[in-house]
Amino acid sequence: MSVLERLTERLTAVLPPDAVVTDPVRLRTYECDGLTVHRAVPGVVVLPETTEQVAAVVRLCREHGVPFVARGSGTGLSGGALPRTDGVLVVTSRMRRIVEIDVPDRRAVVEPGVTNLAITEAVRDQGYYYAPDPSSQQVCSIGGNVAENSGGAHCLKYGFTVNHVLAAEIVTPDGDVVELSAGDPGYDLLGAFVGSEGTLGIATKITVRLSRAPEAVTTLLAAFTGIEAGGHAVSAIIAAGVVPAAIEMMDALAIEAAEAAVHCGYPAGAGAVLVVELDGPRAEVEHQFAAVERICRDSGAFEIRTAASGEERAAIWKGRKSAFAAVGRISPAYIVQDGVVPRTALPRVLAGIDRLQEEYGIRVANVFHAGDGNLHPLVLFDDAVPGERERAETVSGRILDLCVEHGGSITGEHGVGVDKSRYMPRMFTEDDLGTMQLLRCAFDPEGLANPGKVFPTPRLCGEAPGVRTGVHPLVEAGLAEQF
Amino acid sequence: MRGERTPDALAATGVAVREAGDGDEVAGVRPRWVTLPESAEEIAAVLRACAAHDLAAVATGARTKLHWGAPPERCDVLVELSRMDRVLEHTPGDLVVRVQAGVTTEVLADALAAENQELALDVPVPGTTVGGLLATGIAGPRAFRHGTARDLLIGITVVLADGTIARSGGKVVKNVAGYDLGKLFTGSYGTLGVIADATFRLRPLPAARAWVTASVARPVTETVEPYVYEGRTFDTTSTDVAAALRAMVPAITESPLEPSAVEVDWPDVDGPCTVTVLLEGTAAAERAKALSALMGGTAEVTEEPPPWWGRLPEPSRRAGSGPPAEAPEPAGPRDAEAAVLTGAASDSAASGGGEILLEVRNIPSRLAGSFVGPFWAARAADVRPAVRGSLAAQVLHVALPPDTEPGLVAAFTGELRAHMEDEGRVVVLCAPREAARRLDRWGRVGALPLMRRVKERFDPGRRLSPGRFVGGI
Repeated sequence: MSVLERLTERLTAVLPPDAVVTDPVRLRTYECDGLTVHRAVPGVVVLPETTEQVAAVVRLCREHGVPFVARGSGTGLSGGALPRTDGVLVVTSRMRRIVEIDVPDRRAVVEPGVTNLAITEAVRDQGYYYAPDPSSQQVCSIGGNVAENSGGAHCLKYGFTVNHVLAAEIVTPDGDVVELSAGDPGYDLLGAFVGSEGTLGIATKITVRLSRAPEAVTTLLAAFTGIEAGGHAVSAIIAAGVVPAAIEMMDALAIEAAEAAVHCGYPAGAGAVLVVELDGPRAEVEHQFAAVERICRDSGAFEIRTAASGEERAAIWKGRKSAFAAVGRISPAYIVQDGVVPRTALPRVLAGIDRLQEEYGIRVANVFHAGDGNLHPLVLFDDAVPGERERAETVSGRILDLCVEHGGSITGEHGVGVDKSRYMPRMFTEDDLGTMQLLRCAFDPEGLANPGKVFPTPRLCGEAPGVRTGVHPLVEAGLAEQF
Repeated sequence: MRGERTPDALAATGVAVREAGDGDEVAGVRPRWVTLPESAEEIAAVLRACAAHDLAAVATGARTKLHWGAPPERCDVLVELSRMDRVLEHTPGDLVVRVQAGVTTEVLADALAAENQELALDVPVPGTTVGGLLATGIAGPRAFRHGTARDLLIGITVVLADGTIARSGGKVVKNVAGYDLGKLFTGSYGTLGVIADATFRLRPLPAARAWVTASVARPVTETVEPYVYEGRTFDTTSTDVAAALRAMVPAITESPLEPSAVEVDWPDVDGPCTVTVLLEGTAAAERAKALSALMGGTAEVTEEPPPWWGRLPEPSRRAGSGPPAEAPEPAGPRDAEAAVLTGAASDSAASGGGEILLEVRNIPSRLAGSFVGPFWAARAADVRPAVRGSLAAQVLHVALPPDTEPGLVAAFTGELRAHMEDEGRVVVLCAPREAARRLDRWGRVGALPLMRRVKERFDPGRRLSPGRFVGGI
C-alpha cells in the first residue's frame, strides 16, 4: 500500500462519504486551474465542508508527509492551484456560507468558497460593496483571492485584497486553527499571509471590509489614433491630481479582437482606447470628469463617449472585459503576461514590446491597467506553425525582462504560482528569496503547503533553533528530494 | 565573548561609534554603544559585528518612541539611523517615493509637497522617522480613508540579525511577486531586523480640505439628573457621550460624502467632547456644508484643522489634585467600578513618572461604548484620562497624567479591557516601569505561537530588540 493509499483511507474516515474523490475521471477535472498549460492529475481530491475537516486533512497530510494544495474555483492564471500527483488537493467549493454580514461595522465574514461577487450581491441593497474586483469575480472564490492578493481594474484607487481583509481564520501547515487579525497586537501575519499563494496554510474563514458604494460613477471612453497619445493622456490625468477608480487601455490589435468577439462598437479607426472610470461624491466626480475630458481632448482623443447609466457603462466595459477571451477570435492560442512597470516607463516598455514583435515575428495584443502600469500583453501564437509556441514563450519571458529592467515586477495580480517561479531570480537576489523562505519555514517547516510554487529552487528549512531536534522527518522518510 | 574586544570589533566596521550616554536609554535600559550607520551595508556591518560578539542591538530613528514597548532584556548597541536621511528616489509621474529609514516624516512631506504630492499618512508623533513609523505602525486620522503604513508601503529593504540585506516588494504599486515582508516588518518593533529603506505609494495633495467640528454632549457642569434603568443608575453625561457618538458617527460614515477622517477629542471627562470630520478633494467645501447639516445645528466648517488634530492626546494636568469641586458623587455602577480601581491601587507605593499612553481598538459600533464607562469609573477614582482618535478607523489613544499612581494605571487598563467584547484590544504603548510591571502591555495576542516561530527564524540568537514585543518576543 502506498503512502497516498494509506492517507486516502484515513481521509475517508474523517470526511463525509462523498468528500473524498479518487475516481480517475473525476480527478482529471481538477488537473489544472485557469492556466491550462500546466497540468497534473491530483493524487486525491478532498471536498471538506468545515474548518475542522480542513484541519483534519492537513494534520493527516503532515502525519504522512504528503503535500497538499488548496484550490477555490480554479480561476487562477499562474498555476498556483496546480495539483500534485503525489499529493492531496483541498477544494474549498463546499465551504460557501456567508457567515455574517455586519453593515454597521462594515464587514462580512465568509467561508473561502464564497465567490467574490456574492459578497457584493449580499450587501448591494444596503448601499455597500466589496471593493476588489478581479475580472473573474463572478466565479472566483474569496479564498483564492486571499491566496493571490487579487486586484482588479479598480485597485488603482481602492487597493488590493490585502487592503480589504480584516481577519482570517487559517489552518496552518501543522493543522492548527489560528485566527489572524489586522487589529491584533503582534506581527502582521495576516498581511504576510494574504498573497502567499497557499504556501503558508489554508484560509477557512475570512472577514472582509465592506465599502460604501460611491454616490456617483462616471465612465468615459476616449479613442486615440495611437497608443502614445493614450499614454500621454494617462500621465496627464495623474499629473493633474486625479485618482480615477480605473484607467484601462487597449491597443489596436486588442480592439480588433474585442470587435470580432463582442461587437463592442468602439470608435472606428482607433489605434488605442482609454476607459476612465471616476467615482466618489457627485460634486467631486463632476469636477474631475471635466478635467479628464479636457485632458483627453488635449492629448488628441478624436472621440469621447461618456456613460452615466449602468447600461451605458456596461457597453463601454464590454470590450475591455471580453479582451482576453476575444483574442481567441484572432489567434488559436496565446500567453497572457502580467508584468508591471512604473507608469512613466510605459512608453519605453511598449516600444520595447513592439521591437520584440518584429524581431520574433510574433503578434502581441496589449490590454492593460494603465493607471498602475500593469500590462497584460497577450502573446499570440499558432501551434500549427512549427516553432511559434517557443518563440511566443521567448517573447513572453523577454517582456518580463523588460518590466524588471525598468524597475517593475513580473506579476501585478496573477501571482507567481508555478508559471513564473523561474523568473523570480530576475527580480530578487538569493538573499531576498532566502529571507522570504524564513517566513515560509516558520509556518511550514516540512514544506508541505503548496510546494513548488512561488520559489524557484526547492529547499529544506533546516531546524529552527530550539523548536525541533533530530533528523528532518522528510529526510528520514526519504521524501526530501520532493522539494 | 562579551568583553574588552567588542568596541574594537564595532570600530573595525568603519561605522561611526560612540559610548552611550544620557538620552540613549531604550525604555530605561542604557546601551553600551551607539552606532551611526549611513547605509544598509553599514547596518549590515554593525549587525555582523553584533552577531560575532553576541551583542544585542536596538534600532532607532529620532528616538521619539524609544520609550515605547517593553524594556529590552539586554541592549548593547543602539543602531541610530539619523544619518540615513536621504530621499533616494521620487518620480512624481509614478506617485512613488523611496526613502532611507532615518528621514523624518516632516522632511519627507516637504519634499513631496514640492511636487504637489503626499504620503497620505498622519503621523501623530512629531519628528518620527520613516523607520520609526514603520516599526511602530502608528497611524493618524486619515487611516479611515487611506489605510495605514502597511497599506501604503510597497517595498522595503531590511537588514537581518546576521547581516543579510534583503528586499521585498519593489517600486511599483501593483506587485504580487513573492512574500510581502514589508507587512511583516511594519509594527514589528525592531524585533525581526533593521529597516534600511522603504518605498511608498503617494497621492496627489488634495485640491482642498475642510473640517467640520461639532460638540457631542453637554459638560457635566450643566447639572443633569442621573438616569435610572432597571435598577441601575447611569450618569447622564457619560450616557450622553456614548449615545451621541454612537448616533453621530454612523451618520457621517454612511453618508456618501466620503469623509477622510472622523476624529473624537475628549481631553477631560468633565469637559466637552468634540467630533471633527475631514473632507478632502475638489468639492471639499460643498461636501463639508452638507455634512455639517448631518452633524447638527452647532457644527462648524473650517478651512484649518483644530489645534489637536492628528496629535496624540495630552494628559490632563489634574491628576492627584483631588476630585474637582463640581463633580457629583459616584453612584450606581460607578461605585463598583471605582472600587475596582481604588482597591487595586491600595498596594501602590511608588508613583511613576513619564508618559502613559494606551491604544484602544474595537469595531465601530462598540468603540464608543468601550471607553466611556471606564472613563467614568476612572474619574471616580480621580484618574483623569484624555482620549483622542479615530472613531471610524477604530483606533483611539488614551493618555493618563504622568503622575497617575502605578496601581491605578493597571486598574484602569484592566477596566478598559473588561469593557471590551471579543474584538476589542487595549495595548499599553508606553508607561513608566513601575506601572508597566503591574500590567500586561499587550493583552490578548491571537497567533502568538506562530509569531514566536517567525522570530526564531529571523533572529534565532535573540539579538534584535529582545523582549521588546508581544509575548516577550
